[in-house]
This record gives sequence, structure tokens and C-alpha cells, in this order.
Amino acid sequence: MPEPVTEQDDIEQLIRQMADDLRTKLEAARVRDALMVGIHTGGLWVAERLHTLLSLEQPLGELDISFYRDDFSRIGMNPQVRPSRLPVSVAERHIVLVDDILHTGRTIRAAMNELFDYGRPAAITLAVLGERSGRELPIQADVVGRHFDLGEHEHVKLSGPDPLQLSIVEAP
Amino acid sequence: MRRHSLQHDSKGRLHHLLTIEGLKRQQIVDILDTAESFISVGDRQVRKVPLLRGKTVVNLFFEASTRTLTTFELAAKRLSADVLKININTSATVKGESLLDMLHNLEAMQCDMFVVRHADSGAAHLIARHVAPHVSVINAGDGSHAHPTQALLDMFTIRRWKGEFAPLTVAIVGDIKHSRVARSLIHALTTLGISELRVVAPKTLIPAAVESLGVHVIHDLDAGLRGADVVIMLRLQKERMQGAMLPSEAEYFSTYGLTEEKLALAKPDAIVMHPGPINRGVEIASPVADGPQSVILEQVSNGIAVRMAVMSMTLGRAPAEGEGA
Repeated sequence: MPEPVTEQDDIEQLIRQMADDLRTKLEAARVRDALMVGIHTGGLWVAERLHTLLSLEQPLGELDISFYRDDFSRIGMNPQVRPSRLPVSVAERHIVLVDDILHTGRTIRAAMNELFDYGRPAAITLAVLGERSGRELPIQADVVGRHFDLGEHEHVKLSGPDPLQLSIVEAP
Repeated sequence: MRRHSLQHDSKGRLHHLLTIEGLKRQQIVDILDTAESFISVGDRQVRKVPLLRGKTVVNLFFEASTRTLTTFELAAKRLSADVLKININTSATVKGESLLDMLHNLEAMQCDMFVVRHADSGAAHLIARHVAPHVSVINAGDGSHAHPTQALLDMFTIRRWKGEFAPLTVAIVGDIKHSRVARSLIHALTTLGISELRVVAPKTLIPAAVESLGVHVIHDLDAGLRGADVVIMLRLQKERMQGAMLPSEAEYFSTYGLTEEKLALAKPDAIVMHPGPINRGVEIASPVADGPQSVILEQVSNGIAVRMAVMSMTLGRAPAEGEGA
């Protein structure tokens, strides 16, 4: 069993802090009517909590980026793909994109590509529960719950949905 | 090589789709689940996903088709593949070039998938046996043998309306003998496991030993329809019939045509399906085909998502051993 690095209470505290940061940012940018979109699966768990904390008017959207992965021809089709659901039009709307862990940046690139196929958003803000080194694309988060300093073979993994737990696992 | 294994790669994944026979229940469910995700792509501003970008799909239709050809083409385009349609009448086969020679030429042009419709049973299998290892073949209907994507889109449509398969009674009515759709439907429905599968037709349109596939043969339409959850009408394959199999179209309609009165024998929420093209007034009355219980046009739309699923799953496999990427 991987060892949890944060207790349940800590994660809920991290998410509350993220919600405060997001509220400040959205107010500063005078954003009204933002659409929050969680990336399957971990990002959606975090987004569900943020969405409640921020009392957003628009229902929560969900993205499964399987059809947009850049390693499709190498690793093939994900058999557990779920439909993406965006409850309202993204055109000219401010999107708050939520994921669990920001690592290489490829998931976020895929998610942004998919969002643009639904329309042209006014802006996208990225919020992640955890961020680690190892970026392969010029993508940074606007709101970060916690930074992780990890070795080359270490990965941080979110399990959930209830309770949410972050663990560091060794992988070759 | 055994036919069943021809469509799977060394890791048991779908390499070609030639027939429903030999597919495991979970494999069919995976295709339906993947298709479900593709449905929403049709509702977006950009009706495309980039999965098969840079891949080339060739539609080889040796037999006339509008619906199937068009939905395969739309499916490939919505996956961002490039699509080539070979018009067989003007192609080199008429100049004496063999089918396999033509295929090898197309492969030399780096095509990745052949979608094949042919009047001869086994044509897609023959092609699948001879293509390069990285190429996938989809059977879009071969003779009276199989039409697997039609059966899958029918399963998809049934699941969307009825949810679970286990409690269902399904009646397939009409020309079972000449229908590749019927054969694929029987394999799909028995693999998924339903309560009762009936085939309803005159003796002359029932193939020999069909009971061995686990179906209940009924010659009386009223008995066949009674209590059914799903009624699948088949097209009378006039062009495939030789000799006097039927008295006349009018008489066929009076005994086996689906009218509103006959449909009332099925469950009140029964759905009516037909793979098309329909012969109005031969196997189905217009008020039924256009009526509230008909899901015939929905079958056509669902065909796009199901074909997208099959194409992306067969082409979207990590290369197995011995296969170049």
C-alpha cells in the first residue's frame, strides 16, 4: 500500500484554500458566470468540491480527454472512456479547468484542445490540487493546492472520491 | 487459420471486425460503451476528434449502399481520418487486375483500413488474411454472411431504449434466410444474453438448422409479436431470391407485414427497428415505419457513433508483436 502523504482533513483544507484563491482571482478579473470543468477522474473529484464551495451558478462540466491524447497511436484506445459533458456553451465564457495533478502538461493540452472543439472560450483558468516537476510543455497552473518535490521515479496519485487521499508511489 | 482468431491480435484485441461470431460479451459491451462517448461529438460545434489524424481509411464497396457507406465515411471523417472511396465499377478490377493486386497497391500508398462491402460471403475475411499486419479490415456486409456493424448499432439502439438486455424478448421478422443482418443480430443477441429470441418468417425464408443458434422459430406473425419488447423487421431481399420463394409482395404483406394492428400485439412500449432500406407496404406499413414506436432513423444516427467506436478501437491498439506501427 502506498503511504498517504496528506490526511483527509489536509486535503479538504487544501481545496478550501484553492476555492479562496479562485474566488479572489475570478473577482479580480471581473468574471461572472464561469463554467467549471473537471477532468476525469481525479480532476472531477476536486472540481465537485470546488464547485460546491464557490456556489457556481452553472452546473459542473466534465471532460474525458481520451479522444485527444497525444499517445493514442502508442498506447491505444482507453477502454474506460466516458462521455464528456459540457452543460452550457463554452463560447465567450470563462472556463475554470480543474485537474488533480499537473505533471507533464500533456493532459491539460489535450483538455484545452477538446474545449476549443466545443467553441471559443473567453479565457481558461487552470486549478490543480497538486503540482510537481517534470513539465514537458509550457503550461502552468493559476491556482495550486500543493507543490511536490519528487524524485525521477516517484509519482503522486490521488485516490477517491471519498475520502480523497494523495499518495506518493514509486514507478519505474 | 481459424476464422474466429483472424479478427483478434495476439493480445486478444480486435484487429479486424469481420463477424460478431467469436466476440466475447465484454468486447461487445466495450464497443457500445465507447460508442456512447462518441454520441456527444455529433452535438458539438466542431464535430471531430483528432484520434485518427493522419490515418487513411479506404471504403471498398463492391455492392451498392447509401446508408452504410455514408455513415462509415462520416465516422472516419469525425475521427479526422482521410477517406478514400474506390468506385469499383470504374476501378481496375474490371480491367482484369485481381482484388488482391489492387489491395497491395493501396497498401503501398500507406492506407490503414479497408471497409469492405461485397456480394460474396467471406470477401472481408479473404482480404483480412492478405493485408499487411498493421492494416485493419472492417466487414461492411458480405453476401448473406455477416454485417457486424449493423448488429452492433442495433444493440446500441436497443440498449439506449431498454437498458438491460437480460429481460428482453426480441422478435426478428422477415427474410432470415438471405439476411446477413439477421445472422449478425442472432450472434450479438445470444452473446449478450436476452430472455427470448424469436425469428419469425415463412418456412421458405428460414435457414436450415437456425434453432441450433439458440433461437425460437415461429411461422405465425401474431404469435411472434405477442409480448415482444423489440421488433426488428428485415428487408425482403428481392434481389437475392431465385425462384418461387414467395407468392407475391401483397400476399407477403398480408401475412408478415407489420401494421399498426399487428404491432399492438407487442408490449405497449415495444420499439420497431429496421436496418433499411425499407420496402414500404411490403414488410412494414408506412404508419408503423414513421410512427412513435419506430426508432429506424435513430438507428442511422447511432450507426455513426458505433462505427467511430469500431474504427478507433481496431486502429487504436498499441502494436502487438510482429506488427509494425
